[in-house]
Amino acid sequence: MADIIEVRNFTFFYGSFRAIRELNLSIRANQITALIGPSGCGKSTFLRSLNRMNDTIRGTHVQGEVLLDGQNIYAPEVDVTELRQRVGMVFQRPNPFPQSIYDNVAFGPRVLGMDRTQNLETIVRESLEKAVLWDEVKDHLRTSALDLSPGQQQRLCIARTIAVRPEVILMDEPCSALDPVATLRIEDLMRELARDYTIVIVTHNMQQAARASDWTGFFWLGELVEFRETADLFSNPREALTEAYISGRRG
Amino acid sequence: MNVTTADDTTSTGQAGPLTGTTDRGTWREFFVEHAIKAAGISMIAIVGLIFFFLLREGLPTLGEVPLGALLGTRWYPIEELYGLIPLVIGSLLVTAGSVLIAVPLGLTTAIYLSEIAPQWQRDILKPLIEVLAGIPSIVLGFLGWVALAPLIQSLGAPTGLTAFTGSLVLAYMALPTIISISEDALYAVPKEYRDGALAIGATQWQAIRMVVLRAASPGLVTAVMLGIGRAIGETMAVMMVTGNAANMPAFGPAILFEPVRTMTATIAAEMGEVSQGSVHYHTLFLIGILLFIITFAINSLAGRLIGGQEQRRKRGQI
Ligand SMILES: Nc1ncnc2c1ncn2[C@@H]1O[C@H](COP(=O)(O)OP(=O)(O)O)[C@@H](O)[C@H]1O
Ligand SMILES: [Mg+2]
Repeated sequence: MADIIEVRNFTFFYGSFRAIRELNLSIRANQITALIGPSGCGKSTFLRSLNRMNDTIRGTHVQGEVLLDGQNIYAPEVDVTELRQRVGMVFQRPNPFPQSIYDNVAFGPRVLGMDRTQNLETIVRESLEKAVLWDEVKDHLRTSALDLSPGQQQRLCIARTIAVRPEVILMDEPCSALDPVATLRIEDLMRELARDYTIVIVTHNMQQAARASDWTGFFWLGELVEFRETADLFSNPREALTEAYISGRRG
Repeated sequence: MNVTTADDTTSTGQAGPLTGTTDRGTWREFFVEHAIKAAGISMIAIVGLIFFFLLREGLPTLGEVPLGALLGTRWYPIEELYGLIPLVIGSLLVTAGSVLIAVPLGLTTAIYLSEIAPQWQRDILKPLIEVLAGIPSIVLGFLGWVALAPLIQSLGAPTGLTAFTGSLVLAYMALPTIISISEDALYAVPKEYRDGALAIGATQWQAIRMVVLRAASPGLVTAVMLGIGRAIGETMAVMMVTGNAANMPAFGPAILFEPVRTMTATIAAEMGEVSQGSVHYHTLFLIGILLFIITFAINSLAGRLIGGQEQRRKRGQI
């Protein structure tokens, strides 16, 4: 299976604080990769490095490379908006815009001009169907997205992301604001989505990583301690640190 | 001794059944409630009295001066000419001009401050704008008279004291209100919305235009309305710089560059000279009624706009 993202000697700084250190990692296409580790170990920072969302924070800089399909996303000629269209992101707290359900999903196609060549309504419908939200909202697409439940809002954010046909979807603790039922629905949805997209998910929930991912990376103090297939990492961790973390949290 | 008493009261209160309030509480509540009621009623009464007074002093004009004359184009009380049209047009010109200047300038400044400017510029500009809001209008009028008017004359207008000069001064007065309220509205838009837009591949400008401005729109409307409200109410500054000529301006491309006189300025300038109860006196009050109606209309329009926006926003259509 091909690697879609390759991270080489990647180091990340907030000002002079080094949040990620000399990280090397490959992410397989059409697989779900989970990143686990204690809070503050740099999972979100790393995830946000993959679509350069950290560019919005002043005073940050990076060393090393992140290759997307072989091209370094930190190269000067890279168009960040195009990068973010290809590598989408779902946030920890559902953040639908205070607009209608329809306008939320149509947002990306509109800003990227996709509606000039394709039917916007079809894009919206297909995206909502893929996010398994269509049946719940098809009769009130013009009502506010803020009236949806948190779980529906998060699926709407997923629909909004896939409306621009990304290759990779980054998810930063997408279920931490959701109840267990809504959480399981998102996990099922991730499985479905992995057919068409590559998914990288940060989670503090070890069961979720074990249940829902193919690969798991364990972060500790800005370093990647261990990165293996999920089943192996949980049943048979190589590093003592990983072992301590997953058993400590399980018990 | 006091402490013990207080403790006793408390413990008695806690131990006893929850019957609601003690005697002292009831009395205090009664007093506060009625004081608030009285204040509210007297406010309504005062507004009612003002309105009644306005009507009593202003309406007789309608019997004394024929309607056709009131709608005439000359305001020249010495010759018993009471055409209100030039004054209304003067007010409209000056206010419309100031809105056209202040709204785009104010909104773009607010967008710059909240979305683009680095922190240190915000730190300097925000307090500066609050200070500008505190400059008395008469001072601004004076500045307009000594500095702005000569400038406008040097640009080719026959006189520097024109509707446009008034518009500039009023715009300047409305700007701090518009900037600071709309900046607050923009700043209150959660960062998550901007992140959400950027993460899909929107440019910063697209995120501002399609998400941030829409989310902040009720606040922006309020800002503009309050700004306009401030502009309409200003009398003195405008009186100093618009030339104070109660003539019909000649309609044409240069209409803003002619001297005018506003309704407010007319009242302020002439009220001191009229004899009470005269036709002139009554007419000035009629102008007051007219202003009252216009302001009321604008306020309720603003209220409806804001209310409608609020509802549409709740329904997610904005
Ligand atoms: N905007 C920021 N500015 C400075 N330091 C930050 C910022 N965001 C995160 N950090 C620091 O970087 C480290 C990693 O944070 P983060 O990536 O959010 O961790 P995680 O997602 O694993 O909890 C933490 O020490 C945190 O304090
Ligand atoms: Mg995090």
